[in-house]
Amino acid sequence: MKIDCKHVWDHISDYIDGDVEPMLRAEIDRHLEHCEICSAVMDSTRNVVVLMADERIFEIPRGYSERLHERLQEVLNEPRV
Amino acid sequence: MTPQPSMSAEATAQIIAKILAGEKHLFHDLIRPLERAVFVMLFSLLRNETDAEDAAQEAFIKVYRNLHNFRGDAKFSTWVISIARNEGLGLLRKRSSRPEEPLEPDLDGEAPKGDFTPAMLTDWREVPLEALERKELRECLCRAILNLPPIYRDVVQLRDIDEMDVQETADVLGITAGSVKVRLHRARTMLQKELVPLLKSFATPKRGLFGRRV
Ligand SMILES: [Zn+2]
Repeated sequence: MKIDCKHVWDHISDYIDGDVEPMLRAEIDRHLEHCEICSAVMDSTRNVVVLMADERIFEIPRGYSERLHERLQEVLNEPRV
Repeated sequence: MTPQPSMSAEATAQIIAKILAGEKHLFHDLIRPLERAVFVMLFSLLRNETDAEDAAQEAFIKVYRNLHNFRGDAKFSTWVISIARNEGLGLLRKRSSRPEEPLEPDLDGEAPKGDFTPAMLTDWREVPLEALERKELRECLCRAILNLPPIYRDVVQLRDIDEMDVQETADVLGITAGSVKVRLHRARTMLQKELVPLLKSFATPKRGLFGRRV
């Protein structure tokens, strides 16, 4: 089985998640060795996924946690119904 | 970001039992590991900080009031995120003056309308995590995520930002694991396509001889 670039792109996401069959994975690896476009597409996509997971992307408003726990304390103080 | 970094299912069950038995103050500790994930999820859904914070408060109050309904067959984090998401969706529905795109159109089976071809390039220089110290980069990523169509934003949010697994994501969204994978694939491709040209300037410069930048 020889796979083309289009076929590799279809599996990028699963490949990054380690969710492709070993046979297909080996085929993709072989393709990536000689195709600089697919390796760059794979590397850049993985890079984007790694960056997105970083906590710094989304800032939490200052005082969010304090306000949340204050509000919860009011509810916790209510007599049980 | 992992919603529940340290608490095991048993530890969670024990704390819940204690809270229900009257040690209410433990509720603060129970939800602390989830408060960030809940806010970020609601922010990406509502795209407004104040609304996200209000919705997060309401969601955690619902979690407390419904704690006796939690069954150990789901992960506590998944259960909480689902409650928060429903809270957010309810708010979106109320914003009838600001019509949002349809929330869950079922288009995984159809021929996709968007273009899901990646940006083509022949050389990628890694953008390291340290580059996130730069505000422009953080804003660039944040904007790209928020601009995704809602069904793609949802899966990116739960899978890539909250780092839930495929099945948990499917449970929260009420879709199949297969749909999660399809949407995630399209979402990541769209993000790659949009971000590649923008991220290039944040890459580590290649160094030539004697550490010169080339
Ligand atoms: Zn190729």
